[in-house]
Amino acid sequence: MPLRMKINGEARELELDTRTTLLDALREHLQLTGTKKGCDHGQCGACTVIVNGERINSCLSLAVQHEGDEITTIEGLGTPGDLHPMQAAFVKHDGYQCGYCTPGQICSAVSVLKEIRNGVPSHVTDDLAGDIGLSNIELRERMSGNICRCGAYSNIAEAMTEVAEA
Amino acid sequence: MEFNAPAGQNLFDRAKIVGKSTPRIDGPLKVTGTAPYAAERHGVAANQAYGWIVGSAIAKGRIRSMDLDAARRAPGVIAIVAATEHEPVGTSDYNYAPLFGGNEVSHYHQAIAVVVAETFEQARSAAGLIGTEYDRVDGSFDLASSKDGAPLASEGGSDFAKLGKFEEAFAAAPVKVDETYTTPDESHAMMEPFATIAAWDGPDLTLWTSNQMIHWGKQAMASILGMPEENVRVDSPFIGGGFGGKLFVRADAVMAALGAKAANRPVKIAMQRPLMFNNGTHRHATIQRLRIGAERDGRITAIAHQNWSGNITQKEGENGTLQTPKLYAGANRLIENRIAQLDLPEGNAMRAPGEAAGHLALEVAMDELAEKLAMDPVELRILNDASGTVPGDPDTKISDRHLVRCLREGAERFGWSKRNAVPGQQRDGRWLTGMGVAAGYRAGPTTKSAARVRMSADGHVTVETDMTDIGTGSYTIIAQTAAETMGLPLESVTVKLGDSSFPVSSGSGGQWGAASSTAGVYAACVNLRRMIGEKLNFDADAANFADGRATLDNQSWRIADAGELTADGEMNYGDFKDGYDVGTYAGHFAEVRVDAYTGETHVTRMLAVCDAGRILNPLSARSQVIGGMVMAAGATLMEDLHVDKRFGFFVNHDLAGYEVPVHADIPHQECIFLDTLDPVISPMKAKGVGELGICGPGAAVANAIYNAIGVRVREYPVTLDKYLDRLPPAA
Amino acid sequence: MRSFTYERARTPAEAASAVATMRGAKFLAGGTNLLDLMKLEIEAPSHLVDVQDLDFGEIADTDDGGIRIGAMVSNTMLSAHPRVRRDYAVLTRAIQAGASGQLRNKATTAGNLLQRTRCSYFYDTNMPCNKRRPGDGCSAIGGSSRQLGVIGISDSCIATYPGDMAVAMRVLDAVVETVTPDGSTRSIPIADFHRLWGDTPQEETVLERGELITAVTLPRPRGGKHFYHKVRDRRSYAFALVSVAAVIQDDQTGQVAFGGVAPKPWRVPEAEELLPQGAAAVVSRAFAEARPTDQNKFKIPLAERTLAGIIADARS
Repeated sequence: MPLRMKINGEARELELDTRTTLLDALREHLQLTGTKKGCDHGQCGACTVIVNGERINSCLSLAVQHEGDEITTIEGLGTPGDLHPMQAAFVKHDGYQCGYCTPGQICSAVSVLKEIRNGVPSHVTDDLAGDIGLSNIELRERMSGNICRCGAYSNIAEAMTEVAEA
Repeated sequence: MEFNAPAGQNLFDRAKIVGKSTPRIDGPLKVTGTAPYAAERHGVAANQAYGWIVGSAIAKGRIRSMDLDAARRAPGVIAIVAATEHEPVGTSDYNYAPLFGGNEVSHYHQAIAVVVAETFEQARSAAGLIGTEYDRVDGSFDLASSKDGAPLASEGGSDFAKLGKFEEAFAAAPVKVDETYTTPDESHAMMEPFATIAAWDGPDLTLWTSNQMIHWGKQAMASILGMPEENVRVDSPFIGGGFGGKLFVRADAVMAALGAKAANRPVKIAMQRPLMFNNGTHRHATIQRLRIGAERDGRITAIAHQNWSGNITQKEGENGTLQTPKLYAGANRLIENRIAQLDLPEGNAMRAPGEAAGHLALEVAMDELAEKLAMDPVELRILNDASGTVPGDPDTKISDRHLVRCLREGAERFGWSKRNAVPGQQRDGRWLTGMGVAAGYRAGPTTKSAARVRMSADGHVTVETDMTDIGTGSYTIIAQTAAETMGLPLESVTVKLGDSSFPVSSGSGGQWGAASSTAGVYAACVNLRRMIGEKLNFDADAANFADGRATLDNQSWRIADAGELTADGEMNYGDFKDGYDVGTYAGHFAEVRVDAYTGETHVTRMLAVCDAGRILNPLSARSQVIGGMVMAAGATLMEDLHVDKRFGFFVNHDLAGYEVPVHADIPHQECIFLDTLDPVISPMKAKGVGELGICGPGAAVANAIYNAIGVRVREYPVTLDKYLDRLPPAA
Repeated sequence: MRSFTYERARTPAEAASAVATMRGAKFLAGGTNLLDLMKLEIEAPSHLVDVQDLDFGEIADTDDGGIRIGAMVSNTMLSAHPRVRRDYAVLTRAIQAGASGQLRNKATTAGNLLQRTRCSYFYDTNMPCNKRRPGDGCSAIGGSSRQLGVIGISDSCIATYPGDMAVAMRVLDAVVETVTPDGSTRSIPIADFHRLWGDTPQEETVLERGELITAVTLPRPRGGKHFYHKVRDRRSYAFALVSVAAVIQDDQTGQVAFGGVAPKPWRVPEAEELLPQGAAAVVSRAFAEARPTDQNKFKIPLAERTLAGIIADARS
């Protein structure tokens, strides 16, 4: 099927099998391989991208569901020579090891700070009527859909805190 | 270069770059998604087709037939390589379970076919059309019922050792512990699946893959496919986690190579996650019996550690006893490591094989002993510390050990004195709180490792070695080592890793990579310095290299003036090391809270104080340790491959069913490195820490849970169903 | 994943009709469960009717003081809605206890109601499963069952409904609104929406072929304190061992439903009446007919202890 999407600000046109997921469209057809395939079943978060301003698992979405959508991938956040503040904070705080879950972690981390600003509550938000703080556990709960088997969690929370407080 | 005696003073004792916290030089690539992992290298070979592996639906038996017709006719299918139409591939020195071929099935989800198609969707879809009939036979899938009469894992060696008279001393001990602990099968569950792009060029095979041990991979592929080693090239510049699961080539590499041959095109395979858990290797389950006898003052007089695990073909196993001869004093000792035959998928190395499971038993037994003695568990460990020689092997000297400092400094920093020694007494609202401690030991091995360094005309140095960076930070510590040795800023060094066309390194595994690979790079750099000295006419060994210059006796040379040069070097280790036990040590502390109603456990604090010699890059070394602590917490709290003993497979074979820790489970973690040097290990005096971090924290968490609730669970993982009925009544 | 054709429906009637008339057609909403199952060929639709363009994306007040939640409202939007947070906090709590931020952004209200079980044997197509192939047998019985059901199960299937949102909706007495292929509508109390497995575990809800969920309505808020406690092996992004949704009034009466234990959110009105007597009374009545396995029998005392904690919190 023909498909048009705006990816990292650029209009793209594709002709795809209906079975192609958004993740495979990015990785295999557009060769935007920064978005990772860890499980392909919504169980790890490595494929997290930002669609119309919200983070989703690109593995559990058919590309054809995204006609006309605006998609931001890790490549759209920054480049090695021009890092997004969250990317720079991950480098500074060593918020990764093998690096495979990292693009997903960063797309989530950027989104999590926005979700908190927008007042979306979480499982650990005590007062559903009050302001949501940037506590360590608020960040951790919201990041829990991004598994890091290397165990960089403690450092990721610190990187996020630095960006949030900047 | 030969390392034949303990290191004396050398340039690393005056280091400006080595030993300093340094953000990873590959970091900007990783955070922008531009670091190339195996399955995403579109540029390395044109016209890549997609492969999809089919796994066996039975654990043991024979394939009666495979109907491939519908799949072969399916849209886009280029080729199918099926077990029934292919001789069994060869074996390698590194695997026990056959990776492919023939009608015999030896474990669940063993690869039985690969479908190659134009697109990923077509390959996956066609694979579903293959109809396979089996003759299933019964197998042995239950460790507990298979362990009686199991033989020693190997004759002698570390699998059976006696010292003094254990039975008599244990019988006579006034205070004793005799308990049995079980640990479950666990999965590496690295985030990047097994993945390979394979391409043939005449007789030459290239594998762009994800592998920790490049040279082993090259050897293994040659052996498996029956081809000369020199025709195989393996390339893994970035590896999305391994933890031992990628020490050896797996079915992705074999099937991509066979698929590429059949399709006459490059083939790419990333193994589907649900196949990973049974197709790959795993950490074996163990049953461990600990008997420790002590005097009333806490001195251990007798210690026995017996371990049982099982494996396909009855090889290797998970030897939980490994740390026990090393950690604590005691004159009368027994070590036994036995292995049963099981028909589950192959068990093999997973991060700190042996010790990771062993500490979960030994360090809880020590906690139990401390309670019986009414002694502080930190003090019990300190009282029984070893010095001079290895307690279980008095002929072997200890190279450098500061376990007591780890425990003392840890206790101080953690606020251990606030722990209530009486379990089940600390309450904070609905939470029961507790603290736990464990010691950690993990060997600090080295193995020979080579590198090549090239200096360009402008004085820039490029290091090439087949060493891998599996998240360990190899790129950066190698750059630091080269920069330090050559007297260059870090920016003047480029590091290239993971290509089998580079000199053979130690590879990544067993916590040997950091120490070994940097020593090899140092050896190559020393040779480059000498070449520069010869070119510019000075004694390089006597000169001081700094700021791009070499200085000697008031004379100075710009090293770039030597012009383009290439030097190879390899570090080899002499026999003198055989007389030493080179170990790494840690004191691990954990604090937990347990919901008095539901039994849910939250880890609230974790601390590791580590003694591992010089720390090459404290920033990434700390990440290694805290990462190990995360995996250790997972082992204690949740990780558990459920064995279906009827069908013979791991049931929860995906990342929803096999739970590993998530962000919410892990609090801020502290890691302190003692400022120590071990001159026996290498000129760097630096030991690895990648596995030390998983040796002990799990036991510290388990001991903290006991301290919180007063219920001892000896069957890992320590999940709430195992103690719920013994929590205080919830009125 | 088998090949399928794809269309975007423009009207609910068109969508319902397409699914009713085309063999092998299915609705596609967020897709977070359906695509997972299609990749494993547990689901193999030949045609997908994407309902994302239908006008089901709003949350509105109803005349009787309740709210009407459009079928395509995302889990995130629903849980963050000011009225839901204020008047139906148990629903916010339940949704936020489920899945992950990414999945909640994509998962829809209707889709979540239809989430299929997480039984490992259902997920492994090599294993016999009556839900996947009726008459095949249940390999979970006698197998790994720690996560599985303890009540409302059958000799054909011991799986659970895995969701959280519906457990909260059950205590709120939600009503599922649908449109059928002939254009008529019906209202299904959530109590009647999910079926017990019986001999037909492949039939999971009372929806008929082509029947499309358009909305879920919640009646007027009933006040009280709202709780959702989900107990799991890890602290987030995991399915429940047991979850408890409760609304408790100052006089200790209220509503309570249990998740992770049965084919549907488990609420027993006669048990709930015993709330003033405490958790033990409620649970022993609610689980009187339980048939747990050795591996999952802990779920019953866990349900009791979890409810006891809620009752204690409600009192404090």
